[in-house]
Amino acid sequence: MGKRTIVPIGPYHPLQEEPEFFTLTVDGETVIDIDVQIGYNHRGIEKLSERKTFDQSTFAVERICGICSTSHPYAYTRAIEDVIGLEVPLRAKYIRTIIAEGERIHSHLLWLGLAGHFLGYNTVYMWAWKLREEILDVMEILSGNRNNYAMFKPGGVRRDIKKEDIPGVIKKIDSIIPTLEMLKKAVIDDPVLHARTKGVGVLTKEEAINFCALGPTARASGIARDLRKDCPYGAYDRLNWDIIVTDNGDVFDKAVVRILETFQSIDMVKRCLLSLPDTEIDANIKNIPPGEGIGQIEAPRGECFHYVKSDGTNRPARHKIRAPTFMNLPTYKATVVGETISDATIILAAIDPCYCCTERMAVVNQKGKKLYNGEDLVRLSQAKTEKIKSRGGKFAARTKGIK
Amino acid sequence: MIYLIYLIIFGFFLTALIGLFASWVDRKVTARVQYRVGPPVLQPLIDLVKLLGKETMVPKGASKFSFLAAPLLGLGSVILVSTILWFNCLNPQRTFIGDIIVVVYLLVLPSLSIIIGGFASANPLASIGSSREMKLVLSYELPFLLAILVPVIQGGFTLRLGEILTYQVQNGVILGSWSGFLAFLVILMCVQAKLALVPFDIPEAETEIVGGPLIEYSGTPLAVYKLMKNMLLFVLPFFIMILFMGGFRLSGAHWINGILKYLGLVALITVIRNTNPRVRIDQAMRFFWGPMTILAMMAVFLALKGL
Repeated sequence: MGKRTIVPIGPYHPLQEEPEFFTLTVDGETVIDIDVQIGYNHRGIEKLSERKTFDQSTFAVERICGICSTSHPYAYTRAIEDVIGLEVPLRAKYIRTIIAEGERIHSHLLWLGLAGHFLGYNTVYMWAWKLREEILDVMEILSGNRNNYAMFKPGGVRRDIKKEDIPGVIKKIDSIIPTLEMLKKAVIDDPVLHARTKGVGVLTKEEAINFCALGPTARASGIARDLRKDCPYGAYDRLNWDIIVTDNGDVFDKAVVRILETFQSIDMVKRCLLSLPDTEIDANIKNIPPGEGIGQIEAPRGECFHYVKSDGTNRPARHKIRAPTFMNLPTYKATVVGETISDATIILAAIDPCYCCTERMAVVNQKGKKLYNGEDLVRLSQAKTEKIKSRGGKFAARTKGIK
Repeated sequence: MIYLIYLIIFGFFLTALIGLFASWVDRKVTARVQYRVGPPVLQPLIDLVKLLGKETMVPKGASKFSFLAAPLLGLGSVILVSTILWFNCLNPQRTFIGDIIVVVYLLVLPSLSIIIGGFASANPLASIGSSREMKLVLSYELPFLLAILVPVIQGGFTLRLGEILTYQVQNGVILGSWSGFLAFLVILMCVQAKLALVPFDIPEAETEIVGGPLIEYSGTPLAVYKLMKNMLLFVLPFFIMILFMGGFRLSGAHWINGILKYLGLVALITVIRNTNPRVRIDQAMRFFWGPMTILAMMAVFLALKGL
């Protein structure tokens, strides 16, 4: 073997928006070894959570990741409910499911856009993100926020979904389906995309099992592993649905799994909204007894795991978080080695990595010219939500304003 | 003296202006396709002026002379090509024999300057980009030359661009014939690769190798490269226009026709770049040496048959 060259990807690289460092050892254009270095983002959120009360920690874990901002509080509240042995009211379960599935839609669209961008297909990037905006608007109508919905609390949800909002939301969701179908066709039927993604970065079923791959990464390799089915929570056991599995484990299959799941999630949100049961939304927890609890939920990227230990006070004695990317990262060893540098980038992105999920950090930047105080921000945010609500289900209303 | 005027006025200023405008058209159309607003008309010029005012940094360990001379080599060749093309369009009778060969040679120089600049900048990513550019040049030059043979054959085995133009004035555009149409398709793909646009932006691939050969460039040399690329966005479609679409004439209403043809070509290039993902370098080579070369050979064969 000749002289080896090292191609660095990161810590700052246009490929991914988060700091992470891949050392690709290459021979010509072929990658012969990969080393992953993360940890640029460590924030010590587990320790932080242990210094806050159970209620406050819900908001702390929500800020672990901007995209999985439902998955973490969901898993955390489930861990606490596991400590108590509490069954959440049915309506709260449905609302949680709606929010979690809405998050899956926007997360998968975000990934689809980024994958297009990494392949130099910027039209897919912009279109997917445009559709994602509509979903974010739906989330804003339902929860008041584009992201970090703050809907969860131990024992239930913090806000109810109003009856009068539901028709508008369903209309809005329906309006994006034709465009999404078009995007799906553009991605799944494109011969050039086939050439770039089929048979690239294959993760075989055995490798996926050995590396403990999770979520869409595992499902694309033929493993029917989905917590929503395996140990149902929320309203998932009341909805009739099937796990989407493909067999090849290449980048194309990972994309297909995510696109099909997007449609499935849209369907789930609509069905949940139409069949919202009429019960309480909160179990009104007073005390959390000593004990240990585990909360697992199926985040868009795979299983999100929270462990909470209570000693009878109002704070968690121990809080352990494991994000799905942590388990999916090692699969790079199986998928990237042996491929070319051009393919390496899309393979690195194919697991939908979320390093801030895995490492947990938040930065408050106060260098802006005008500093809004909390009240200003709340007022601005509420005004915007009202604006979106008054637009109703109109799709593409935003483009008209930006001429 | 007249040549100097052509060189400065047509070769540089007019070409640069049209090139900057074309790059604005490209960016605006792209933006509208992607649900974005897009930049104002002057944005390409503003970018250029801003870059000219920035500090020029030469990386440690780089070969200073080749690093700084490479962009000028590329720009110089583009200006020369553009001068020859303009001169041909405006005075089809006064050109020299073999100018088409000179143009083809000079059109390789921009790619060559990028290769030299990339290797001179002593950066692993730039080296990868340069070697990709080299492979890309090797792959598209063969179909490019074969496609150019078609107008040469149709114009009566002439090596003068002027005669090809006169032929088209008398017998209709070459694009209208079967061989011309096939060759046009081939040359359009080659131009896409020469311009390093998606799907053939492999040498620069921002999300893979961070701009490739241009990674270490800053300030004025980068501005020169950008200007070179913008001017190529005029020169290459203009070359296609002369070869296949009857060029650009100032007489009567022909100049409107010429502008429409040019804008149509730019729009076509933009649409191609917006509806495709980037291919891998081996796929690009296979594409050019396989289907494109075969198509170009068929075109040459048809042209010899007189179709």
